Amino acid sequence: MSATPTLWSITRRSLAKDLRLEWRSKDAINSMLFFALLVVVIFSFGFDPTAEESRRIAGGLLWVAVLFATVVALNQTWTRELRNQVLDAYRLSPAPPQALFLSKTIGNFLFVAILEVLMVPLFVVFYNLRSVGPVWQLLVVALLATWALVVNGTFFAALSIRTRSREIMLPLILFPISIPALLAMVDATTSILTGDNSPYFWMRLLAVYDVVFTAVSLLLFEPVLNAE
Amino acid sequence: MTKLYKAFSAVTALLLLYGFCQAWYIAPTEATMGNVQRIFYYHLPSAWVAFLLFFVNFLASAWYLIRRTDGADALALAAAEVGVSFCTIVLITGPIWARPIWGIWWTWDARLTSTLVLWLIYVSYLVLRHYATGGQVPVLAAALGIFGFVDVPIVYMAIRWFRTQHPQPVIGGGQGSGLDHTMWVAVLWNLAAFAMLAVLFVWARYRQALAERALEEAYIQAEGEAQ
Amino acid sequence: MESPVSGIVPAQPAVELHDVARHFGRFAALRGITADFAAGRLHVLLGENGAGKSTLLRVMAGLLAPTRGTVRVLGATTQREVATRFGYMGHAPLLYDELSAMENLAYFASLYGIHDDLRCAEAIRTVGLDPKLERRVGQYSQGMRQRISLARAIVHQPELLFLDEPFSNVDVGSARQMTTLLADMRDAGTTIFVVTHQAALMESVADECMVLEAGRMVAREKGIPERMLSPYAMEARA
Repeated sequence: MSATPTLWSITRRSLAKDLRLEWRSKDAINSMLFFALLVVVIFSFGFDPTAEESRRIAGGLLWVAVLFATVVALNQTWTRELRNQVLDAYRLSPAPPQALFLSKTIGNFLFVAILEVLMVPLFVVFYNLRSVGPVWQLLVVALLATWALVVNGTFFAALSIRTRSREIMLPLILFPISIPALLAMVDATTSILTGDNSPYFWMRLLAVYDVVFTAVSLLLFEPVLNAE
Repeated sequence: MTKLYKAFSAVTALLLLYGFCQAWYIAPTEATMGNVQRIFYYHLPSAWVAFLLFFVNFLASAWYLIRRTDGADALALAAAEVGVSFCTIVLITGPIWARPIWGIWWTWDARLTSTLVLWLIYVSYLVLRHYATGGQVPVLAAALGIFGFVDVPIVYMAIRWFRTQHPQPVIGGGQGSGLDHTMWVAVLWNLAAFAMLAVLFVWARYRQALAERALEEAYIQAEGEAQ
Repeated sequence: MESPVSGIVPAQPAVELHDVARHFGRFAALRGITADFAAGRLHVLLGENGAGKSTLLRVMAGLLAPTRGTVRVLGATTQREVATRFGYMGHAPLLYDELSAMENLAYFASLYGIHDDLRCAEAIRTVGLDPKLERRVGQYSQGMRQRISLARAIVHQPELLFLDEPFSNVDVGSARQMTTLLADMRDAGTTIFVVTHQAALMESVADECMVLEAGRMVAREKGIPERMLSPYAMEARA
């Protein structure tokens, strides 16, 4: 009854396992949600804009809040695999390392997507937002931007588990690399909200960023996973 | 210290001196900017050398992941450290030059901003090297080195577009525009001198990194014999 | 080094080490170990804490790359090629605390391409536990966790098994049971490596033993010699 493990079947299995673990422990999602709520509330104290202004700054605030909350979730991803050194069990098996990376990335993508679904209404309420541009564009930007954050985030979180004070390490290496993606997601969102500019260049840039870094991550994950 | 290294150092010193004369005495004073423009002869070569070193870091990182040789890792480390140093010079000379000319220390100009982001990426590379534990620093660093370099064109595209969408006060011609022939000569001499200087630094750091490793080996060897 | 063990030595050793060293910065955990290990036998690795036993086992299992030297496992130079043919039980349990025994095993079996709950249940029964237990592994006693850990290591029926301190914090009864199980597996043709500081537990079943000291192999003998059996044997030697 044994078949050679394929990339996709292992990815699915690992993802199901991670979701089950998260469902039982709720390590990542609770801390991430509470953290994001705090950021939104604190931001709304810090900035008290008019409707017109809020359209211009909401994109930046939203994505910075998501970025910080993402880091909280990313740190949990691999911590779970370090407990009981359970990561060793994966490394021993013939399963492709890329499947582990993909399952973690998809898992984080889902967590962050849930976070956004809950956070956006808060932003709309607190900042009294109404988009001038079409909302479907915001949806596309959100999908591309979230993948951009989690694909590199998952990779760098795996990198930082081999370092001292890893929770600090992750943002230090993730943020500089993510600057172009952040610039793109913030500007695209602002362009759509205000209707001043076309967001298409930024959407294309995000798509390129996603494709390039997904490829690089898949290529380099194996040596990083086995770096011990 | 090998003879070759000493000879190389001497040539570099001479070149630096000659470049200095070129920049301060031979090249004419720029009509509108005055003497402060001469900082350009250090600003531009530093930038080119820094970019070149980041490229070397990328090649060495890739080579390390393929071949796992100590030499490749030592070269990647040396190139990143010296590259960050030169990039720092760019970021310091830029504002010194900008202040009297544009009236501001900093502007989110495409080139300045890209350089700043690049600097941040390679500083994070050095931070990672500092914090990583165990014998696997090289692998982690090499991966980050490759990520950093792949990011460079994306950073550049993003920032150029960002600039076109956020128009700023006109700040005069580009850096290379309307350069006098003698000014170009000064730039090229200084570029040669800075490139030699960078090679010298990288070389020294490379040898030092390898010596460090050899010392570790020797320590282990000696400890083993003592038992 | 010539194996001192008499009897029929199969043509292909299960594990071949040639000048294997592993350094961690300025610390040398292994200082050049050369040895062949015959297949179908139960090998015991003994030594003090910090002698390099666990490091050696991790190098053999491919979890750690050697700084120098070569390792051949089941004839292959990379463990990945033969990953389906060997199992490893770590010092830590290598299990998810939030999952039940069956859920853990089903997941790890799937990494080997095995999607068969019966085989997982069989592995759990083999180590003397009930597959129907629904408690999460985090709530198990240490002894039970060690057994599930062993079940995880053998669920894909490997022909080579690496065990790192399998009896730590396990009550004597369970330890005896596990020893018997290991002897049975050996008799069925499995090659087994056990790292332990409780030599006495393995006395009756060990075929060969190898003693490590400060990263070097200092002795290799048939069975476990008398002098290694007392709990203070290591200190007495030093």
